Amino acid sequence: MRAFLDMGGYAAFVWPAYAVTLAVIGLNIVWARRALVRAREEARRRLQMQGEAR
Amino acid sequence: MTWTWFHRLASPPHVYTLAARLTPWFAWPAALCIAAGLWGGLVLAPPDYQQGDGFRILYVHAPSAWMSLMVYMTMAIAAAIGLIWRMKVAHAVAASCAPIGASFTFAALVTGALWGEPMWGTYWEWDPRLTSELILLFLYLGYMGLRAGIEDPQRADRASAVLAIVGVVNVPIIHYSVTWWNSLHQAPSVMRLAKPAMPFAMVAPLLLMLLGFTLLFVALLLTRLRSEVLTRERSASWIREVVSA
Repeated sequence: MRAFLDMGGYAAFVWPAYAVTLAVIGLNIVWARRALVRAREEARRRLQMQGEAR
Repeated sequence: MTWTWFHRLASPPHVYTLAARLTPWFAWPAALCIAAGLWGGLVLAPPDYQQGDGFRILYVHAPSAWMSLMVYMTMAIAAAIGLIWRMKVAHAVAASCAPIGASFTFAALVTGALWGEPMWGTYWEWDPRLTSELILLFLYLGYMGLRAGIEDPQRADRASAVLAIVGVVNVPIIHYSVTWWNSLHQAPSVMRLAKPAMPFAMVAPLLLMLLGFTLLFVALLLTRLRSEVLTRERSASWIREVVSA
């Protein structure tokens, strides 16, 4: 296990590289979902305002 | 041959529901491929005879770089379709691509720097491959900035589409930079027609990661496309149905 974490002496480069990439993947998922939730909320609000104006 | 499928692709309500239905079919296989690729790349693949375990950065660097280019081509083609056929959905696809592409270009640059320091002795060099990839990041950011700066959505679509198409010039420059100039960066060792220069246990995780990232891109694009379509269609009655559901 220690040998695995040490990455043959390259731990300081390998692990940050994986961390950055996985963070980018995770953030993309969060951002895309959040944008959809916001767009739906905004559309709902817009429809409500249209309904009240009538 | 009928063109109804093409016309249906131009219809926002159809695109919205289709995208919603397709997303899980790309997202879950993407998760599986990436998980298997990570296991294969970090555990199963043997250390490189020159770079030891340092070469394992390949499994996150190459797929990120692949995404940076593939997403750009998707964005430029969608933008061109939007310009030529005045197709709103195509512009929405292009707009959805930009943040995804920008973030993976960033990942490619950072992982490349982290690979460059132990192998070349420097995080950064004004080398053709590295510089052209940095320009790609600026193209993405410029595209997003241009869109954000123009209030009228139709004008934003058209202006940003022109920028996206002109920027395509940079894509072959990035790809061939390692053969055209004396670059620090190595030439491709997998993406070539001849036999790959790596044993199977090294290549298989890479192919899994490339496939996984591509599937992930489709899932992200479909999700972003839904929000783009929703915000563009200001007063369509179909929105009532999908939003209240």
